Amino acid sequence: MPLLQAEDLTLGYDSRVIVERLNFKVEKGDYLCIVGNNGSGKTTLMRTILGLQDPLGGKITFGDGLKHNEIGYLPQQNEVQKDFPASVEEIVLSGCQGRLGLRPFYFSADKALARENMCKMGIEHLSKKSFFRISGGQKQRVLLARALCATRKVLLLDEPVSGLDPQGTSEMYELIDSLRKEGVTILMISHDIDAALSYASHILHIGAEVFFGTKEEYLNSKAGKKFLRSKEEEDQ
Amino acid sequence: MIDKLYNYLQYPFVQRALIVGVLIALCSSLLGVTLVLKRFSFIGDGLSHVAFGAMCVATVVGVSNNMLIILPVTILSAIFLLRGGKKVKIRGDAAIAMISVASMAFGYLIMSVYSTSANLTGDVCTTLFGSMSILTLSIKSVWICFVLSIIVVILFVLFYNKFFAVTFDEDFAVSAGTNAEKYNLLLAVIIAVIIVLAMNLCGSLLVSALIIFPALSAMRIFHSFKAVTIFSAVLSVICALSGMIISILLGPPVGSTIVAVDTVAFFICYIIGALLKRT
Repeated sequence: MPLLQAEDLTLGYDSRVIVERLNFKVEKGDYLCIVGNNGSGKTTLMRTILGLQDPLGGKITFGDGLKHNEIGYLPQQNEVQKDFPASVEEIVLSGCQGRLGLRPFYFSADKALARENMCKMGIEHLSKKSFFRISGGQKQRVLLARALCATRKVLLLDEPVSGLDPQGTSEMYELIDSLRKEGVTILMISHDIDAALSYASHILHIGAEVFFGTKEEYLNSKAGKKFLRSKEEEDQ
Repeated sequence: MIDKLYNYLQYPFVQRALIVGVLIALCSSLLGVTLVLKRFSFIGDGLSHVAFGAMCVATVVGVSNNMLIILPVTILSAIFLLRGGKKVKIRGDAAIAMISVASMAFGYLIMSVYSTSANLTGDVCTTLFGSMSILTLSIKSVWICFVLSIIVVILFVLFYNKFFAVTFDEDFAVSAGTNAEKYNLLLAVIIAVIIVLAMNLCGSLLVSALIIFPALSAMRIFHSFKAVTIFSAVLSVICALSGMIISILLGPPVGSTIVAVDTVAFFICYIIGALLKRT
């Protein structure tokens, strides 16, 4: 049984339909890249997977023992966070909130998990630092460590390299790849089609033409060829 | 001067007033950060105007205790505004503006038509800027303030981690299984309670200052949520205490004195923050 399966999914706001009849599935260990132009519904799809909004039609089912709150989410940074007084440690620890339940305070096991994930992301020396004083790449590592506190099963990454310099970008991709090798299933929304093609195992292309399949199939598909061509033209 | 203060402190009603003042200042500072960063400050402002309207009604109706009317009305408005504001952002803003000006207007209207008081302007001024002295609070009000403040502090401590999570990143909180809507509702209710409490200290127009100044001051110097929360609570208590003492000794109105002290403290923190940044 797949970890996550979307059947006849129709997405949109209010009554405005953005994507129709979307079908795809994610198996354990997959690295799915969701690509498409701006406004094609990538963010809406992500919000639907996370349960932040309901689909207009169709359904998403979770399998293989995956629970709804076991998808670790790496959001794009929002306005509020720019001047929020919070230390790196506090933010990473907040990834354990799903484990809190009715408990008001974090246990030492939660704190140990937060520390472990900070070490894994190489940010333990920043733990007392303020979130808005660290670099963009470091911020992403902090949010990734937080997501890892929430789950070790599936990560959903929303444009994880947006705003990073080339070195930060490649470090981020390496980090994600190493997590995948440890068995974490990755869903990534990306603009960066080159990275998608070098790291992903599956591609979901949404927009006027919808495609879902393995990376190899995508390269030979009509949607894939067209998208790659348009990207090349953009680059020139 | 010190003798005079010592003399005053002998009186139980002075002691009570100081204790309640300190508790109110403590409560109002706790949620400052959340309020500022969640862009809830406009809700706080709107609510204080609603509370003004409710207080006018309460004065005219002549219930034994004003809080009996003001508290439920303000809490209900908080829930309503939060629910309404969530669906469509702009309409939410407009709703708040509408409700707050309407309740101000109706409050003053009702007061001026039905009030039997000889000193209408004085009454209205008291509701807007707080009483001349917190010493005039009745024993019943003192007790209500005392109990409510303790409840607010306990709730804040119990839900500290949840409030942090929901304020910092609501989407992530929901994805991790936290019921953000529930906590937002709880926040709205607590904010309403704090506003009603703080009105006793400094009137409905100055309430926002009591809530927001300590948090903004603390954010100049500290950069972790815990440090900001603790420092703003301490600062708020110190400012309220010095404001009340100045007011008792020298006689200026208590609310505006406290807010003036808060403002001075903000500028001091601003300068310290700027100096720290340089080094």
